[in-house]
Amino acid sequence: MQRIGVFVCHCGSNIAATVDVKKVVELVRMEPGVVWAEDYPYMCSEAGQSRIAEAIRTQKLTGVVVCSCSPRMHEATFRKCAERSGLNPYMVEIANIREHCSWIHKNTEEATEKAVILARAAIAKVNLNTPLQAGESRVTKRALVIGGGIAGIQTALDIADAGYEVDIVEKTPSIGGRMSQLDKTFPTLDCSACILTPKMVEASANEKITLYTYSEVEKVSGFVGDFTVDIRKKARSVDMSKCTGCGVCQEKCPSRKTPNEFNRGLNTRSAIYTPFAQAIPNVPVIDREHCIKFQTGKCGVCAKVCQAGAIDYEQKDEIITRKYGAIVVATGFDMIKLDKYGEYAYEQSPDVITSLELERIMNAAGPTKGHLERMSDHRPPKNIVFIQCVGSRCADERGKSYCSKICCMYTAKHAMLIRDKYPDVNVTVFYIDVRTPGKNFDEFYRRAVEEYHVNYIKGQVGKVTPQPDGTLLVHGVDLLDNHQVKIEADMVVLAAAIEPNPDVRKIATMLTASIDTNNFLTEAHPKLRPVESPTAGIFLSGVCQGPKDIPETVSQAGAAAVKVIGLLAKDKLLTNPCTAKADVLACNGCSACANVCPYGAISYEDQEVRAPGVREIRRVAVVNSALCQGCGACTVACPSGAMDLQGFSNRQMIAEVDAICR
Amino acid sequence: MSIANESFRPKIVAFCCNWCSYAGADLAGSSRLSYPADVKIIRVPCSCRVNPMFILRAFERGADGVILCGCHPGDCHYTTGNYYTRRRMTLLFSMLDFLGVENGRTRVEWVSAAEGVKFSATMNEFVETIRALGPNVRLGDLRCRS
Repeated sequence: MQRIGVFVCHCGSNIAATVDVKKVVELVRMEPGVVWAEDYPYMCSEAGQSRIAEAIRTQKLTGVVVCSCSPRMHEATFRKCAERSGLNPYMVEIANIREHCSWIHKNTEEATEKAVILARAAIAKVNLNTPLQAGESRVTKRALVIGGGIAGIQTALDIADAGYEVDIVEKTPSIGGRMSQLDKTFPTLDCSACILTPKMVEASANEKITLYTYSEVEKVSGFVGDFTVDIRKKARSVDMSKCTGCGVCQEKCPSRKTPNEFNRGLNTRSAIYTPFAQAIPNVPVIDREHCIKFQTGKCGVCAKVCQAGAIDYEQKDEIITRKYGAIVVATGFDMIKLDKYGEYAYEQSPDVITSLELERIMNAAGPTKGHLERMSDHRPPKNIVFIQCVGSRCADERGKSYCSKICCMYTAKHAMLIRDKYPDVNVTVFYIDVRTPGKNFDEFYRRAVEEYHVNYIKGQVGKVTPQPDGTLLVHGVDLLDNHQVKIEADMVVLAAAIEPNPDVRKIATMLTASIDTNNFLTEAHPKLRPVESPTAGIFLSGVCQGPKDIPETVSQAGAAAVKVIGLLAKDKLLTNPCTAKADVLACNGCSACANVCPYGAISYEDQEVRAPGVREIRRVAVVNSALCQGCGACTVACPSGAMDLQGFSNRQMIAEVDAICR
Repeated sequence: MSIANESFRPKIVAFCCNWCSYAGADLAGSSRLSYPADVKIIRVPCSCRVNPMFILRAFERGADGVILCGCHPGDCHYTTGNYYTRRRMTLLFSMLDFLGVENGRTRVEWVSAAEGVKFSATMNEFVETIRALGPNVRLGDLRCRS
């Protein structure tokens, strides 16, 4: 029989305001196995923990139940406390009477009754707990960063700085990401490329960092400290070791009709291309889908003009398998598709563009060499209308419920830059709210309004109608004046909502990292563990976790790097001892368990089975506890009930059910 | 033919997976999204840990409804666990329905760690359904009645 101590926390008034804590103590005292029960205002405090420690020693407790907040919050705290006092940490269970009780119920009587039942269930479970020993696993001292934008680059640089090897996997031919497409950055208006390219160069020159560009993560297995990852290095059709980056092949390539992704399709590129001039690595790739040689077999111009003989039409995709201790997701974002927003005429008129397209138009390396002009007739515009929140803060299912966070600031930036360079151009901004929290952000926005006289109109745009003369009639509403406005514009710029990179879902599934309804990766705790995924060993950097601007992305990248460094600095990790275990007496070696195991942790071996009247050699299941992650799928699949999960055994679960239904 | 019985307080067992739904329930709690106190949550590592025996046991011991919550398909922390759950529970629930434990008394719901609102709404709805169905009499073990 166990000797159980029950410790009921008030959590200040968080629990005690709705749960009659004294009554809980009084009632749980009568439960089987309970020899000690007390309450305390803050069990997680130093004083609270020392009360638990003292009770463990003086009352010779063999089990502890703490009725407090969620085990996701403080289970580890109380288990460590028990361990320090000489009790096996796995003899501690938490009854969650805060998140699952006091915070959601108002009636004291009902809440107290529920708290007692939850405590009973935990006590019933602890009565059947057995001491468990955590195993150890090795840590591979190498990190993988998925995504080579500013988030990925910064994370990799910081990890490499601490002396660990890092690999960056980037899907496109060059690192740089979204930031490389930007012209200027708010609120300082410094040139994006000027601050990004040194970092890109640093990343490629750092001997601890390996870049896998034009590559994708294909398969991930393993667990924290010991992931095995397959990286598909797509065929570039150019030998990286031979290419000098002279660019002649791109000049001579006869296939020039492919929409240029880097310029958001505003112009075209050749079939052999580097996305932009400062690309790293500065080695082109052949887009086989649009290459005449690959499509018809007749061309080969690039191979003829290449002095270095670097063109290799025979190159094949290569799979690289590597081990990593930690993985950082930095997959970034894209703008939402605007096909559902017919009212803005984005698909009808080339003069209705997104902000990212405007960014390319204003960039000296962009499709118009930095001249502000309409894409339809290349005339300079006289009236520009910006429309905010296209798909952001959207109540219907066409858009996103969240605020994309960066649009208010970049629109102020665009408006200011246009008014600065072309003082004759009228700029109007339609907005729902202007949100500019951040260092020097509001000052920046006010400069746009006060110094540059940008016309801000609070209200939304109902329709943009292309006119026969090529202008665009913008029908909007001014909410402050409460009247309808019609503006004849030459150009309309849409601040489309940002959304996580569409590939993130596939990557999250591979990593078993959880994802929210908007496809942002979920953090382990929204406030206290913002750069970690709930899946151990997976870290988050940049917009894949939520909308953020460049400074925030860089700080989060550094934070993720610190977490990775903290993990890689360890030689060994303790493994979860709550793994499956087969009862050889009941097992008949049917293979049902191995068939459902996602980790291949179950194998079969011949063992001598001894029981009264039985002594034979039999094929039985054996669980490799280093591979088992403790999901419990096998325990249900087992037809003979031989498989059980330690820490969540059949008997423990049934005891909990019984206690709740009593 | 639900007899409006205001005093009927159903016993409801909710199995929640540790990675998504339990966290979703925590979020419902910290967001103060209330649902009836009749729901008691049991934490399991994965929804696929829930043996059909546990559900039968709950009904035998007098539970009026059992709900099983896991990660959304494709999001399972253990990759495939919730797919097993989905198949197993489809079979179990149809068998229970055949035995006279109405389909409304059993439910599988996918709730992610970010869906506190969904967790609370689901529980409110489920309790409402059970209240309308009334006490479960079909599978209860008479010897367990107090």
